[in-house]
Amino acid sequence: MKLTTWLERKEEMKKKKAPKIVFTSVDEMPIMAMSTGSQSHNLTGAWRNIKPVINLEGCIRCGICWKFCPEPSIEIVDEYPVIDYDYCKGCGICAEECPTKCIVMVEEKK
Amino acid sequence: MKKVIMGNHALSYGAMLSRAQVIAAYPITPQTQVVELLSEMCADGTLDAKFVKVESEHSAMAASIGASAAGARAFTATSAQGLALMHEMLHWASGGRHPVVLGNINRALAPGWSIWTDQNDSLSQRDTGWMQYYCSSNQEVLDTVIQAFKVSEALMIPSMVVLDAFVLSHTYEVADIPSQEAVDAYLPPFKPEMRLTPSDPHAFGGLTSPEHYFEFRYKLQKDMEKAPDLIEKTGIEFEKAFGRKLGLVDEYLTDDAELILVTSGTVGLTARVAIDALRKEGIKAGNLRMRVFRPFPFKTVRNILKKAARVAVIDRNVSYGHHGIFYEEVKSALYGKGKGPVVHGFITGLGGRDVTVDFIKDIAAQALAKKKADAEIVWIGVKI
Repeated sequence: MKLTTWLERKEEMKKKKAPKIVFTSVDEMPIMAMSTGSQSHNLTGAWRNIKPVINLEGCIRCGICWKFCPEPSIEIVDEYPVIDYDYCKGCGICAEECPTKCIVMVEEKK
Repeated sequence: MKKVIMGNHALSYGAMLSRAQVIAAYPITPQTQVVELLSEMCADGTLDAKFVKVESEHSAMAASIGASAAGARAFTATSAQGLALMHEMLHWASGGRHPVVLGNINRALAPGWSIWTDQNDSLSQRDTGWMQYYCSSNQEVLDTVIQAFKVSEALMIPSMVVLDAFVLSHTYEVADIPSQEAVDAYLPPFKPEMRLTPSDPHAFGGLTSPEHYFEFRYKLQKDMEKAPDLIEKTGIEFEKAFGRKLGLVDEYLTDDAELILVTSGTVGLTARVAIDALRKEGIKAGNLRMRVFRPFPFKTVRNILKKAARVAVIDRNVSYGHHGIFYEEVKSALYGKGKGPVVHGFITGLGGRDVTVDFIKDIAAQALAKKKADAEIVWIGVKI
């Protein structure tokens, strides 16, 4: 199996259409609320007012932003962090925690 | 193998023999030894499980839910303030249908700050959708953990195994520790139909519109209704395998009783001593010890209580503005089923005050002296 990064897998999932789940009787339903891939269509990054921007020149590849991102919307690609703006909600934790302050929060222009 | 163990360690041995795979816990008096022993077992390899140290009971339950969702058998233990802090997550466990087993040591809730026993902590979680077992001996605690996993995993509903602080948690008794082979034969590995796995991504417990939420709750109740029969069935299987009966209730001399005491926890065993004394005095008393409180065993309770003219329910708890909680529930179980016994409610032993044989004899005397049901709370042993 070809190894794909999480960002690539997400692009694949976005191409598939989210199925609308309809149950006609209680017996058909699972015992708990469950969704299959609904997040690939619900791009929560749209909620963001400010966004983190990384200046890679200052990055020391410590991985702290990746570790602290609660979403998690940061992936390490070739040792450097990449932000997934489809899901980043702009909380600013990465910028706050970055030891070299190479991540800054900038206003979204919509 | 017979061993002298404390009540808390009975929970640990129960979890060990059940092959719990994830134990997430935060220490609190009087529960600490439960997780101390389990952490030692995880460290020395006796138990092949992941021990997760967390920063609060809320997280202990959250981690247990995560483990269970991933298909692991999860165990945790807490008490009083810890259980109260878990409250939100208790709903997540039952609503998400994660069969976690939790040991709760009944401790009175603060303030005033108390470490001693009463039942208000676990009974405050009555409506969280968890099954609740109340134990009266260390052996029963150990056995119930194993049974609770079996019932929980069959129904995908979590269980609480409850024991009295100090009176049981720190009391040493002889317990028969079954062999791992025998427990393995009784309790197969946990294999849920659905679980979190990276190869087939799912989200559990997400936004559920009015179109579906109602049905999830309906299904939880319907599955809970299957629990009494399943507890009986697994109890009989347990007796066949280990020689000890685990039923919905524990009856003592109820067949010819004029007065039946309804008890739970260790008070249920003190009641037996009181009943022996009462019978010597010519009073035909019996005891119905409630082993399972949720699901409430309506049919069993009705069939036993209809044998007597009078019933005295002893509560080590109170629902402020109402009555003792077992008293409320016993009355509701008898409602609409024809002429039943006269039921009186007694509250005693809050905050760990000893419930003595004399207290229970006093309760029996008062229940027999009362002419009719008056739905008044009678406080036993309070300094008024």
